[in-house]
Amino acid sequence: MRKIARERAAFTRRALLIGGGQAAVFGGIAARLYNLQITQHSKYALLAEHNSISERLVAPERGLITDRFGAIVAGNQQHWRALFLQAMAPEPQLVLENFFKLVSIPPEEQTRIAQDVQSRPRYIPVLLKDYLDWPDMAAIEINTPNLPGVMVEVGASRVYPLGPGLAHAVGYVARPSQSEARADTVLALPGMRVGRTGVEDYQDESLRGVPGFVQTETNVHGEVVREVAHDPGTPGQTVTLAIDAGLQQLAVQGLGDNAGAVVMLDATNGEVLAMASAPSFDPSLFDKGVPADVWDGWMKDPKHPLQNKATSGLFAPGSTFKPTVALAAMKAGVLDEHTILTCPGFFKLGDHVFWCDNHTAHGSITVTTALQVSCDVFFYQVALRVGIDKIADMATTMGLGVDLQADMPNVATGLVPTLDWAKSRGIHWVQGSTVVQGIGQGYTQLTPLALATMIARIATGTAVGPHIARRVGGVLQDGSDPNDWPDLGVDDRHLAIIRQGLFEVVNTPNGTGYGARLTLPNVQMAGKTGTAQTHDNTAAEKQQGFNDMTMAWEQRPNALFVAYAPFDNPRYAVAVVIEHGNYGAQSAAPIAHDLMTYALTNDPAGRDAPLTGPAQSGTQALPVSSGA
Amino acid sequence: MSLDPARPRRRLRDHSFGLAHKLLRVNWLFVACVCALAGVGYAALYSAAGGSPQPYAEGQIIRFIAMLIVALGIAMVDIRVIAKASWPAYAVGVLLLLVVMKFGHTGLGAKRWITLGGMEIQPSELMKLFLAMALAAYFKRATPEQTGNLVFVLPALAAILVPVALILKEPNLGTAVITGTIGATVLLGAGVRWWWFALVIAVIALSAPVLYHHLHDYQKARIITFLNPGSDPLGAGYNIIQSQIALGSGGLTGQGYLHGTQNQLNFLPEKQTDFVFTIIAEEFGYLGSLSVLGLLFAIIGLALYTAVSCTHVYGRLVALGISTNFFLYCFVNLSMVMGLIPVGGVPIPLISYGGSALTAVMLGFGVLMSIHVHRYAEFAGPDEA
Repeated sequence: MRKIARERAAFTRRALLIGGGQAAVFGGIAARLYNLQITQHSKYALLAEHNSISERLVAPERGLITDRFGAIVAGNQQHWRALFLQAMAPEPQLVLENFFKLVSIPPEEQTRIAQDVQSRPRYIPVLLKDYLDWPDMAAIEINTPNLPGVMVEVGASRVYPLGPGLAHAVGYVARPSQSEARADTVLALPGMRVGRTGVEDYQDESLRGVPGFVQTETNVHGEVVREVAHDPGTPGQTVTLAIDAGLQQLAVQGLGDNAGAVVMLDATNGEVLAMASAPSFDPSLFDKGVPADVWDGWMKDPKHPLQNKATSGLFAPGSTFKPTVALAAMKAGVLDEHTILTCPGFFKLGDHVFWCDNHTAHGSITVTTALQVSCDVFFYQVALRVGIDKIADMATTMGLGVDLQADMPNVATGLVPTLDWAKSRGIHWVQGSTVVQGIGQGYTQLTPLALATMIARIATGTAVGPHIARRVGGVLQDGSDPNDWPDLGVDDRHLAIIRQGLFEVVNTPNGTGYGARLTLPNVQMAGKTGTAQTHDNTAAEKQQGFNDMTMAWEQRPNALFVAYAPFDNPRYAVAVVIEHGNYGAQSAAPIAHDLMTYALTNDPAGRDAPLTGPAQSGTQALPVSSGA
Repeated sequence: MSLDPARPRRRLRDHSFGLAHKLLRVNWLFVACVCALAGVGYAALYSAAGGSPQPYAEGQIIRFIAMLIVALGIAMVDIRVIAKASWPAYAVGVLLLLVVMKFGHTGLGAKRWITLGGMEIQPSELMKLFLAMALAAYFKRATPEQTGNLVFVLPALAAILVPVALILKEPNLGTAVITGTIGATVLLGAGVRWWWFALVIAVIALSAPVLYHHLHDYQKARIITFLNPGSDPLGAGYNIIQSQIALGSGGLTGQGYLHGTQNQLNFLPEKQTDFVFTIIAEEFGYLGSLSVLGLLFAIIGLALYTAVSCTHVYGRLVALGISTNFFLYCFVNLSMVMGLIPVGGVPIPLISYGGSALTAVMLGFGVLMSIHVHRYAEFAGPDEA
């Protein structure tokens, strides 16, 4: 026992010795720290203040956006700009005063600069002036000694070669807001832009890139002695759209001065080949700041130029909804190709009368004929037989009134009513509501993008969804392969009946879309017209016919047309909506005809290089600098 | 076999007291110091991220809390159970070192890491604890005659050299030296003749030039940089220069929290890991760094107190090993930051960002707390071992 106690005492002695040694080491560390932090403080404080290596971040070049053949639709253009790096200026306020004397800066910009200088980290340069002209640059260069920290360098601004022609789909960029710049210091870098709408917004992360840095050695006066290291950062990735610039320009031309939208899809995979919304705007204005009068003009315009009507414009589908109603009825077993219903020109439900278009009596007809001549009375009866919820079910299958998971911002879901929806809204659903649902009127509200998706799905029997980015950083995106998309799950025989009806719409003299038939050899288009009331006509107006051309513009019906081609091997699907354009056949179908003709001639679907070489119109490289 | 006649005999029957009693006997002052240090770490990492809990501070404090619970759990385990697990743990540690050599992923030119159950682990960190446990188990009933006998000590030396060699092979010179030093300290505590140590140190000093020849290029670069930091201001010497500027610019009271220019201007790469101490020194000055030194030494002192107050040899030696490990972390890291020894990838425990060192340190603290709780435990005779 004594032995154990002695052993323990020996351990304690050694442990205390070790502890003492450790305490001595800590004392040494504390002494060394005293030497560094107290004795040599002034030396190191000076070194820290004028740290000989100063680093600043530089904005990466924003990624390009091109059409599917590489034509630039959003690029960067170089210009000169003046920046101010506080880290290099002993007296920032003095430098700013000197600068404002040399270069004219509006007072509100002076306030902004003063705020930025105060609020931002010293190593983030502050933008003094963009788009310097030669007199400004000369003034700055001559006065360099009085302007420590002021730098003139190349900046990039965003340019859109197609201008308003692709403004809605591509979107635009703007300077980050103060709060965004505070949340992410990278965005505080001069030249950084944030995508606000369209692809610029949706693909912002990929387009932004990673900032680089410049390390410079400075002397005690803050003057740069040499550049120690330069990392340009990683430019943003190129986003290659599925858009074909040629088709796009044709779509814009087709819309002309109308208000409306066009969406053309690759029917086999849902790629957006053209997407136009009219009227449009100049997206490059946002990069520099939109002038107040231009902005006011946009806000007051009844045609809403800033809205992308293709993705967020909501329209009653009118008769373009009829194929969906018919498919729902066939699935429910209340309609087949032999079913014959009679149209006396009107349909009576209780004491209410629903008219057929122009009060025409179509007689006893089958579903294909009803589609061909766009008989309303036929579909009033079909809608009543199948019921509102089953119609909504089929609409969901067709991509109507659902989130299409498109790679675009601000895509409206639209609405296809169900009984539950009506109940939740406190709407008393009457049979008459179901009747008008049969011809795509009433509560139903859909986007042109959804209508294009619907017709592509009818054409292919595949549940394709729309997507606009074909490649990001060169990598083919999911959905580009037709096999990426599942089967629609609709009976092929039912689809065949509908397709036959849509074929007759365009290719038989009685069809409502006969005027838009293709004149190409051995290839036919199938489609459906739509003329959707936007205005509840008064009894007096009904006497005259609600589509009277004498009605005020905003009371005229919307014109719609959906189509696909070739009929026997669908590759292209298109939806056209002309706001207050009266008949679909009259104003919407011709645009579809032109687009289909172009598409079937040049066949861009699935291609990364144009079919007929780069000299083809609209696909040649546009004269734009690709950036720094 | 009463170890301390002053203590009432019933307190020797450690197996008789329950969980509540055990919790009362945890060294809560020690736990408070550890928590305070983790709080310092949170503040420093918050500042390293430019005044944000992401991406460092929040994850680190969550890991700390999780590991604190694990450590308290270990503290409830009877030290005799832990003692029985010493050699198996050592075997597992060596096995993990072998695994990391074969399959580990490479970080910064060295194979050190493996992933266990989603957690990144450096087996060398665990090995230090397991080595101390194994050596303590080996010496727990050794007589002074045995500890004075070279033949008896040789297997212990082998037990130290195997993991040290494996860690050197990774290559991780810093951890290898620390592991060897821990082993040596445990031997010293066990009563091995002190002049043997003097002999070994002399041999190592004499063979240093030969060893240098076998070092990896990056290890040589560190030593050269250390000897002349100005030679390559933006190369390996850059860190040392910038960290000294950070320390020196702190002055007595510092530049103010979140206002350290060296820290906020990102002059220091990887400042959230090895160089995190410079943030504290720069922003809180000498008073701040002295407070942290005090806290670190309080933890070392409390660990040594556990060692000295423990009645059984196993607990004393393991506690000595664990306190030495913690001390060496602090010593190597602080000396590195101040440019006293070559830069060497050793974090400052509980402050630096990173899960592996934290996990290893907290596991060690769990064992240490168990020793404290069970410091009067009676170890059975050799026949029952």
